[in-house]
Amino acid sequence: MTVIASAEIASAYEKIKSHALSKWKNLWDGEKPVIMVSAATCGRSAGALEVLQTIKEEVGKGQDGIRIIETGCMGHCYAEPLVIIAKPGNPQIVYGYITPEKARRLVKDYVRGQDTSPEFALGALKETELIPSIYDLPRFKHEKYILLENIGRIDPEDIYHYIARDGYEALAKALQMQPENMVEEIRESGLRGRGGAGFTTAYKWEVCRSSPSKTKYLICNADEGDPGAFMDRAILESDPHSVIEGMIIAAYTVGARHGYIYVRAEYPLAVHRVEVALRQALSMGLLGKNVLGSGFAFDIKLFQGSGAFVCGEETALIASLEGKPGLPHHRPPFPATKGLHGKPTVINNVKTLAYVPRIVKNGADWFSQIGTEKSKGTAVFALAGKVLNTGLTEVPMGTTLRDIIFDVGGGIPKGRRFKAVQIGGPSGGCLPESALDMPIDFDSLKDVGAMMGSGGMVVMDEDDCMVEVARYFLEFTQRESCGKCTMCRLGTRQMLAMLEEFTCGRGRMEGLDTLRELAEDVKAGSLCGLGKTSPNPVLTTLRYFRDEYEAHIREKRCPALMCHDLIAYYILPEKCERSCDACVGTCTVEAISSDKRRIKVIDQAKCVKCGTCMTACPPQYNAVIKLSPPEKVPVAEKK
Amino acid sequence: MQNQHSSSPNSWKQTTITSEEQEKTRQKTKLVLKRFTRKRENLVPILQQVQDELGYLPREAMLEVAGFLTIPEMDVYSVVTFYNQFRLIPPGRHSVRVCLGTACHMKGGYILLDAWKRRLSIDRGETTKDREFDLDTVACVGCCAMAPVNVVDKKAEGRVSPTRVDGILLAFKMEKEKKDKESQ
Repeated sequence: MTVIASAEIASAYEKIKSHALSKWKNLWDGEKPVIMVSAATCGRSAGALEVLQTIKEEVGKGQDGIRIIETGCMGHCYAEPLVIIAKPGNPQIVYGYITPEKARRLVKDYVRGQDTSPEFALGALKETELIPSIYDLPRFKHEKYILLENIGRIDPEDIYHYIARDGYEALAKALQMQPENMVEEIRESGLRGRGGAGFTTAYKWEVCRSSPSKTKYLICNADEGDPGAFMDRAILESDPHSVIEGMIIAAYTVGARHGYIYVRAEYPLAVHRVEVALRQALSMGLLGKNVLGSGFAFDIKLFQGSGAFVCGEETALIASLEGKPGLPHHRPPFPATKGLHGKPTVINNVKTLAYVPRIVKNGADWFSQIGTEKSKGTAVFALAGKVLNTGLTEVPMGTTLRDIIFDVGGGIPKGRRFKAVQIGGPSGGCLPESALDMPIDFDSLKDVGAMMGSGGMVVMDEDDCMVEVARYFLEFTQRESCGKCTMCRLGTRQMLAMLEEFTCGRGRMEGLDTLRELAEDVKAGSLCGLGKTSPNPVLTTLRYFRDEYEAHIREKRCPALMCHDLIAYYILPEKCERSCDACVGTCTVEAISSDKRRIKVIDQAKCVKCGTCMTACPPQYNAVIKLSPPEKVPVAEKK
Repeated sequence: MQNQHSSSPNSWKQTTITSEEQEKTRQKTKLVLKRFTRKRENLVPILQQVQDELGYLPREAMLEVAGFLTIPEMDVYSVVTFYNQFRLIPPGRHSVRVCLGTACHMKGGYILLDAWKRRLSIDRGETTKDREFDLDTVACVGCCAMAPVNVVDKKAEGRVSPTRVDGILLAFKMEKEKKDKESQ
């Protein structure tokens, strides 16, 4: 290793940092208010761009220098679109559920006036007498932000914002260290890969670092294909530089000169923001031929994945980068010894890499004090499904599911009962209420048959059918099976066929045992993670919710009233209001008519079971119900 | 459910186009190829950009790409049919993508898909006869908190109900009528 030019690196960084700080100070300490609009994909789907447009128009009318910043996702997706307003002298206030109309009022009343509009506010970002602090919410008792510290607080398309919050400081520090010490630091921190399996990061790095090969590669795996997971997307859209900084440090440590970020093409905004971030890092000498004047050369290319779930598996991802169909191959050889183009390659998940700068900056001890004995640090979860506060959360490893679902997530909406939580996407499992008090980390989840996976967490209530959930996941993995291993290609197909029979009410009791045996065989007979874990949802639902399977088979009844073929919609004549027509008009197939008494009746032959009538029926009548099995519908109506 | 390589029976069918259109396709493909070096690892990015240009990957374009990279035509075809992103039939003027991620599924994404299928009278992976709409599913667009989600012409919309489908279609219809009137 060459002598490290410490002084030059430090002074190169200081120069950038002081420029960034002056810009940052200028932004916040100025006389003018700053408006931040959360405009990641989740915000946009709730109308953030319309809100942004309205604010721009409103602000544009007066030439008073109010600044508008487009930020990423704050993690509070349930309250999107979010707007944060910072006025000189006041704390930053977060406003939720903003519509263009509310945005117009906020600009008029608060930005230009004095009314803080507490009716729209979620809370202030600081303790203040003006408005309750957002940190008073029960969720902040459990949350600890490491990866999410910047999201929603900075402009992801402005590198100076990241640098002003100590960004790239860790890089400057790392470049002054010897690579072997760097590996040691990561080993001491106890960092494990966040892609799902929880493999020790330092081990991967050391294998690659000690290889004599001249060409090595570093790949950031952002092929977040798990349905129900969106942490990687949010981080790339809201704080792309933290990932890039982690990549440069990792590359320096293992001796890689070329890097790739493999992002799903389904994430166009993440692709765009990473492109912008890469361009800025390059232009400032943080990437390229001479990183911060240290003589270390590193470049990063962006590669868009084309929608194959199996490409999240590292060997399949490499095949895909080489321009081939993404078929995984047997390991060993592991990519760290023989990866892209046959050269040593380190592949790390987005979150793993984003931890790296924080560990370098704060030290291994700081990181290893967070979390449990074997799983250090925090876990980022994407909360979705039947929970009030959907969105992102970051908690220390070892937090219980109950704390996450009920305190952070705010519990189940509409007073329904919690039934199960699905963790880790199609590779994970469904855990019942009895698992709620278990502290979660990589190992405890494996013990109960689930998996950390990439961190998607979908909450289900009593209206969700567990057999249908198992069928849904298997349908997904079966479609995404690449076809290389027989057990995965044909085994999942047979399993799916059996589950479909259950959900249609044509299953037999012997089928349950066959299904379990087949699931075990598929696990044993598949090469990659996809096949090995695809039976997990089936196995866990069989283990914890066998009674539901039995109801489908023995009684042809779906206890959760979800399985299409086992339910019927029915209007209770005694509850139906004669003067009300709400359901008739909304029925998408004109299956509802009035009888002689002007009581509404569903024509079961026409009904497509879309449930629109149930939503349309005014709550004071609540006349539409679901029945299972469908034979329960009174005979007179089944013409 | 079929295997992913034939997510819809129609994806196997090649659309026949006139020789004039074939020539145009080749020219457009060649223009895209100019941006790349002749390396096998460029195959996926090339196909992505060709599809961006043409909307789908007709036979002529795939042949052109195979010739450019000097790889067997079969290799191009195998990559095109392996990845869900690539399509072999022309798209409609408007694209409709229904998200079937876990959260969307639990909150009725499949019911939403049914509504689109019913209204457009096509299955997923198909294009309407007038080439106005094409319908497909997507594994997850990552807006799980807004479920159920559909993406119409690249714009994601959350909390969509089956009746909203009619609203979206009506908006397109009105827009089209307005345009037709203006052009008269």
